[in-house]
Amino acid sequence: MEILIALLIGVLFSVATYLLLTKSLLRIVLGTVLLSHGAHLLILTMGGLGQGAAPLLGQEAGSYTDPLPQALILTAIVISFGMTALLLVLTYRTYKAHQTDDLDQLRGRLDE
Amino acid sequence: MSNLLVVPFLLPMVVGAVLIFFAKHHRLQRIIAGLTGIALFVFSIYLTYRVYQSPEQMIHLEVGDWRAPFGIVLVGDMLSILMVLMASFVGLVCLFYGFKTIHIERERYYFYSFFFFLLTGVNGAFLTGDLFNLFVFFEVTLISSYVLISHGGKKFQLRESFKYVVMNMVASAFFLVAVAYLYAITGTLNMADLGDRVAMLDQQGIINVIAIIFLFVFGAKGALFPLYYWLPKSYYGPPAVITALFGALLTKVGLYSLIRTFTLIFNQNPAFTHTIILVLAGATMIFGVLGALSKFDIKSIIIYQIISQVGFMIMGLGVFSADAIAGSIYYITHDMVVKVALFFIAGIIIQLTGTADIRKMGGLLKKYPLLGWSFFIAAMSLVGIPPLSGFFGKFSLIVSSVGEGQYVIVGVALVVSLLNLFSMLRIFMNVFWGEETDITFALSNEQVNGLLRTVIPLIAVTIALGLGAEPAFQYVSAAADQLMNPTHYIDVILP
Repeated sequence: MEILIALLIGVLFSVATYLLLTKSLLRIVLGTVLLSHGAHLLILTMGGLGQGAAPLLGQEAGSYTDPLPQALILTAIVISFGMTALLLVLTYRTYKAHQTDDLDQLRGRLDE
Repeated sequence: MSNLLVVPFLLPMVVGAVLIFFAKHHRLQRIIAGLTGIALFVFSIYLTYRVYQSPEQMIHLEVGDWRAPFGIVLVGDMLSILMVLMASFVGLVCLFYGFKTIHIERERYYFYSFFFFLLTGVNGAFLTGDLFNLFVFFEVTLISSYVLISHGGKKFQLRESFKYVVMNMVASAFFLVAVAYLYAITGTLNMADLGDRVAMLDQQGIINVIAIIFLFVFGAKGALFPLYYWLPKSYYGPPAVITALFGALLTKVGLYSLIRTFTLIFNQNPAFTHTIILVLAGATMIFGVLGALSKFDIKSIIIYQIISQVGFMIMGLGVFSADAIAGSIYYITHDMVVKVALFFIAGIIIQLTGTADIRKMGGLLKKYPLLGWSFFIAAMSLVGIPPLSGFFGKFSLIVSSVGEGQYVIVGVALVVSLLNLFSMLRIFMNVFWGEETDITFALSNEQVNGLLRTVIPLIAVTIALGLGAEPAFQYVSAAADQLMNPTHYIDVILP
């Protein structure tokens, strides 16, 4: 299971890298979204995909799953959600102001 | 145990939220913001005193009474509390400069709220003792900075802040990756616990990998050599007060985190990690100053000087001895003050002349002597002319590097200092000396002096830091000793 998820993370990261290196604003936003998905899954996997009982509810089980990575991911997901929303608005405004979503044309100079 | 440690980030957070409700009443906003800024500054002086006087010279708080490795812990040691003090001082000065320069439309669109949210993130990042909590405070800082940097929504600003945001989001994703790896091999995220366990692990290879990921993350946020490319243009867009705030605080949060993690956690293999930091420090200095020399725009020059000074600030970490780190901490303190002063003065000059191009200006010294000499003192302090504070920072860095036998970086630092002098004098000669050009001045002498009232305290602090280098160095040496003896930190947090 861990290997499968690790492969998935690899795919997410490579697709995200590809998207980040494209020239269209929206694709870059999607790239950051996939990148953060990959990072979140990585946290989950790195804690070990345990199969024990839920922690704190009882004391009989032989093993418990680690609750911390899930708490971390929850926080990280909320943060990346907010960031993505802000980035989308910023992208939209940039597109409106410049009438282009091509980063080559958004290269720009200081004196304008 | 002390609840006081919550205040430096709780107060700005609450006030920032309250200010949202008064967004349309700019006068009321100013009063609340100003009083909060003063309260925060006074409180952080008190807190610094408390930490300095406490028996371990460190106070900590286990939030919600959860024992240390399990719950989040806030730690105010000598370094972090000094950073909090400087951040609230810089924040206070920026606030008062903002009152005079920020356009009323910006005030009505939540400038002060996000200003305080930024301070929340910065102070929280300085005080936390938990790696994931550090990530959270980084994000609080960053999201406020995203808003502030695109605030106003000019064409140029939007374009450059998009790049800034994307760059930082990628770095944040890698922060999570590094946290995940570290959690996988140690099973903890408490910094003290990490320092303890990483020392016991016998897997130098994976630790090195994680250390380099952290170096990438903090390097991207602190504007180290290959990763500073987002900084010059994105900082150019917003008004002077925001650029000053960013230049003084944002890069310092990255550098503080570098110093914290590479003294507490990744201190096993300095021959590898800290040598890389040293090389990056040298490269950052050189490329920063070359950028400054290539520009004729006063704001651009000072922005590139941020990058150049970052090199000096991590040079001490790269050399990795108690004296060198003391030099670094002193230099960070000094740079926060001087950078803000320079940005304020640059802002005044741009407002005064209506241009940022130093070739078009000239002869300002005759008409505005106070402005000229304030700039001169700040510039000389940046370059490192005794008895101003920059000299003692550079002096201690260079002496300690010679002591450790790092001659190359000493040579680089000295050459870069010379180029710094050249670049600052170029501004001074172009703007303040020479013949007056046909520029019409937009401000009267009284107005300029009014704006300078916020610069004078900064100038006074840089002189005071220089003349009082002896007691200042006693403090930073104690802070550096704490950093170089991580066992003390670990013992206090995990008794």
